[in-house]
Amino acid sequence: MSYRRFAAVASKEMIQIIRDTRSLIIVILMPIILVLLFGYGVNLDVKHVPVYVFDREGSQQSQDLLKRFQASEYFRLIRAVDSYPKLVRAIDDGHAKLGLVIPPDFSQRLRSGQPVSVQAIVDATDDNTANVAVNYSQAVVNGFSQDVQIEWLRDRGVTFTGLPLNVEARTWYNEDLESSAFIVPGVLALVMSVIGAFLTSLTIAREWERGTMEQLVSTPVTSLEIMLGKLVPYFVIGMFDVAVCTALALLWFKVPFRGSLMTLFLCSALFLIVVLSLGFFISVIAKNQLAASQIALIATFLPAFLLSGFLFAIEQMPTVIQYITRMLPARYYVSALKKIFLKGTPATMLYGELVPLTIFTVVLATIATRAFHKRLV
Amino acid sequence: MFARLKQMLIKEFIQVFRDKRTRFVLFVPPIVQMLVFGYAATYEIRHVPTAVLDLDHTQESRELVARFSATPYFDVKQELDDRRQIADILDRGQAVVALHIHPGFAEQLRSGQTAPLQIIVDGTNSNTALIATGYANQIAQGFALDYQRDRMQRMSPALVERAPQIQLDARPWYNESFTSRWFFVPGVIGSLTLVLVTTLTAFAVVREREIGTLEQMMVTPIRPSEFILGKTLPFFLIGLFDVALIGTIGTFWFRVPFRGSIFVLFAGTVVFLLCMLGIGLFISTVSSTQQQAMVTSFFFIMPAITFSGFGFPISTMPQWLQTLTYLDPLRYFLIVLRGVYLKGIGFDILWPQMAAMLALGVTLLTVSVFRFHKALD
Repeated sequence: MSYRRFAAVASKEMIQIIRDTRSLIIVILMPIILVLLFGYGVNLDVKHVPVYVFDREGSQQSQDLLKRFQASEYFRLIRAVDSYPKLVRAIDDGHAKLGLVIPPDFSQRLRSGQPVSVQAIVDATDDNTANVAVNYSQAVVNGFSQDVQIEWLRDRGVTFTGLPLNVEARTWYNEDLESSAFIVPGVLALVMSVIGAFLTSLTIAREWERGTMEQLVSTPVTSLEIMLGKLVPYFVIGMFDVAVCTALALLWFKVPFRGSLMTLFLCSALFLIVVLSLGFFISVIAKNQLAASQIALIATFLPAFLLSGFLFAIEQMPTVIQYITRMLPARYYVSALKKIFLKGTPATMLYGELVPLTIFTVVLATIATRAFHKRLV
Repeated sequence: MFARLKQMLIKEFIQVFRDKRTRFVLFVPPIVQMLVFGYAATYEIRHVPTAVLDLDHTQESRELVARFSATPYFDVKQELDDRRQIADILDRGQAVVALHIHPGFAEQLRSGQTAPLQIIVDGTNSNTALIATGYANQIAQGFALDYQRDRMQRMSPALVERAPQIQLDARPWYNESFTSRWFFVPGVIGSLTLVLVTTLTAFAVVREREIGTLEQMMVTPIRPSEFILGKTLPFFLIGLFDVALIGTIGTFWFRVPFRGSIFVLFAGTVVFLLCMLGIGLFISTVSSTQQQAMVTSFFFIMPAITFSGFGFPISTMPQWLQTLTYLDPLRYFLIVLRGVYLKGIGFDILWPQMAAMLALGVTLLTVSVFRFHKALD
């Protein structure tokens, strides 16, 4: 292998990327856009759930209960309606996610010591929001019930204090439960997949489609030099994008960074080689751009998005899917990213991620080289 | 005109179905993505690995722990005996939740004081953390309420019998058991249609331009409007077919209920496809190569899906972003899809969404057709 020939291929590739303004914009802008997109667009924290109320009594006590809902940051009382069909309509057309119905004999039943139930109709189309909304409503109603009970007993000469249990919930690693702290590190995996596999497979598939790859092969350049020459520029771009994303995460979204930059770049480099090899391999087998881009999407972007733990917790998936995720490099990279950013895990404790990533790197690089050789002869 | 259009359509269909890889792109990726999404996308939490540090070792503390393990949400996997172990197992990811019961827990409960219960949650996945904290709070509150009720009962049974009590009667509508799949499957139908139709349309036109056949077409008697119609109509039909295909998987494989009318879904799909064809055509007018078309589509697809309410509630986004989502056709289509699938609602409620998509679609198509004419001159 000659360094000169490799450098010639690499610089040709680099010139090609830089000349095509749009590709250049993509490699610089895309990471920024993806980070902003997910940093701002993804927030799974449930707040300000829109509530419609049908208070059939309108007494002091029913209003007291509603005030508690109003005081909570989780709910936003939008409107009081005067009939049940109006409430149903609001839930149907999505103006309300939660509809509270207070019975007509609310305060009367409370006075006479009978149990009363407040109906909460929840639009559970979005199961996550609905679930959290039910939990919070439960807490509001329980708290109100407690206070009413204690007051009632006090009036009859029995003193009770509040609930005998005080729950202190603490969240580690991401104290304010910021969705961006959980999402943004994982975006790196998406960016790497797009740059590494999607863009690379497209570019190289184009060379196959146009026949310029055959031209290149007929020169004295060896296949290894071609492969390296093609991939190294993308590797450099990929590492540059890692730096851009990390800077954006830390400086713009203020995501905590507790680990070491060295470890971050090591893991990113490994993952990048994996996706680059994959992208190269896809371009070799796919031959046309449309197919190459689709295969790249399915083989890299989709797993990085769905099966890596980037958004959806792997432990919650069906067992079969969990086994599949073990065969996906993105899973290990995302796991490493979260640990490095949020937990500050040192490289020595990341063997569970580093070892699989290294194995993938070796295996995929070998497969890509083999396939390329085979295609040429 | 119809004769020419017919010829053009025949040519397009032959072109689409002749190539093995293009046939593959039409049907395999949507099915694979549908299956992966259906299984992997979930916000539900079950069997969260939980560690317990019970320093009290009393009947009360054990009962509290038993309440946690009795739910499907928490699996008590480890019993610790030192608080330093909490940091260790959370760092290693062996548990996501740790319960810390201090010594003297039962003592405080019995003497009517407030006993602290510490819940430590790993916040690296903010969604799991949020929901787990919600459940933990609910369980602890339930325990406290029951404990207090028992105490009251012992002190003055006659009185407690008559004490007022308010219950929450939660009624989750449309998705009674909070199944994430029901929420995601209709969303996937919309997103996949968006990806497929925009990219295919953009690619089909750009490829003709790239290989020079567009000029050849233009010297034939065919008019630009017939050309556009001939290019878009096949993808319109393919789009309809794909909605039917993945919709069938959703209903028969994933058992998502279909409560509305097929006719409403059909109408919504038609107006949505107008938007997608408009966008695909527009992308084709600003791209000269397939690679550019692919990348430009990507820049459209990512935000369109992120801001549609597909997996991340729009109501939690920053206000300026929420306003921006009104420009996203997918936003309206998802409301229609979920409305038809889960809510079983019809035109009387969904007409604003239909009207919005129609307006967007007509605007997009007009702009694209205009630009397309200009590009040909």
